[in-house]
Amino acid sequence: MTAEQVVFVLAAVVTLGSALGMVTTRSVFVGALWMIAVFGGVAALFILLGAGFLGIVQILVYIGAIAVLILFAIMLTPRVMGDPNAPRYNRQWPLVAVMASALASLLVALVLRTDWPLAQEGAPTITGFAVELGKGFMTTYILPFEVASVLLLVALIGAIVIAREE
Amino acid sequence: MSSVPLSWYLIVAALLFSIGAYGALARRNAIGILMGIELMLNAVNINLVAFWRYIEVTGLAGQLFAVIVITVAAAEAAVALALILAIYRTRDTVNVEEIDLLKW
Amino acid sequence: MKPYAVIGAFLVIGLLLPLMTVMAATLLSPRKPNPIKQDIYECGLKTVGETWVQFKVQYYIYALIFVVFDIEVVFLYPWAVAYNQLGLFALVEMLIFAGILLAGLLYAWRKGALSWV
Repeated sequence: MTAEQVVFVLAAVVTLGSALGMVTTRSVFVGALWMIAVFGGVAALFILLGAGFLGIVQILVYIGAIAVLILFAIMLTPRVMGDPNAPRYNRQWPLVAVMASALASLLVALVLRTDWPLAQEGAPTITGFAVELGKGFMTTYILPFEVASVLLLVALIGAIVIAREE
Repeated sequence: MSSVPLSWYLIVAALLFSIGAYGALARRNAIGILMGIELMLNAVNINLVAFWRYIEVTGLAGQLFAVIVITVAAAEAAVALALILAIYRTRDTVNVEEIDLLKW
Repeated sequence: MKPYAVIGAFLVIGLLLPLMTVMAATLLSPRKPNPIKQDIYECGLKTVGETWVQFKVQYYIYALIFVVFDIEVVFLYPWAVAYNQLGLFALVEMLIFAGILLAGLLYAWRKGALSWV
């Protein structure tokens, strides 16, 4: 195995192992900590794919912001954590487990049977890509750029209206 | 060319998506469900970036779309958690089995 | 891929160093246990009320505002590194982007979501 394959396997094991830990652990708080490990593993996969900018965005936004938001929300709903013996799953969980395994096998079989049309080119460097992305946002992709700011505005105002105590 | 084939990334993403779907459908805690959905969005992002790397590396669209997905995921998490907090304030629970007023 | 090898090496060393200190402590320190030393003890003050207290929702709103402006940084960075190659149009575009988000900040401010509680 080459060094890249070793790093890939490590990142994949961390990602999938932490994901399993996240969905099976009893406490949602511990689950949120597993989720941070999943985000870290995905960031490593991004960097391995040559998308360094996106790897850093993943750490900045997912670990730095979304995980903190989720941990805050867990702390704000303490009566959920209060009862350590409450079941973690709903009644349909065995059925869901079967369905999720079936979905996984279906997707893996599909991936292995498809003949992907690969391109033979190297990945750009991290700073080079950020410059290209900046140019893209200011020219071709100007609409998603501005829509993103409107989306964030709507989310901010909506969440404040919903969450605020009157 | 990279020594890791494209299918490896796609398989990791498929497994991550299935684990996230399991978490989203089996958890009783509404925040646990949201965390499962975040895993599914991450799996989608792995797919987008892997396809960008192996098929469309000269274009911007793959990574740019992933950035937009991350933005939407953050907005979605912000509003969903606000909803969960509002439900917790009025119903005193975030167990989705007890929040069934609209069920018939 | 090469600059990331340095980060990987940093990660490995960063994990090894604290492990090594803990290992060194267990290997080098003398161990003479007696019943009093091994007795279970507790320190600190007794908690007043419940351990899991109800935090104020206000903290969630601070985190929310942080998330929104964290994402703004993600969009600001590519714009900033490409700025020299772009014209006045890009500046106006970013001002519109930041202006829309500023409206959200103004709303939060007017609603008193920024005041510390």
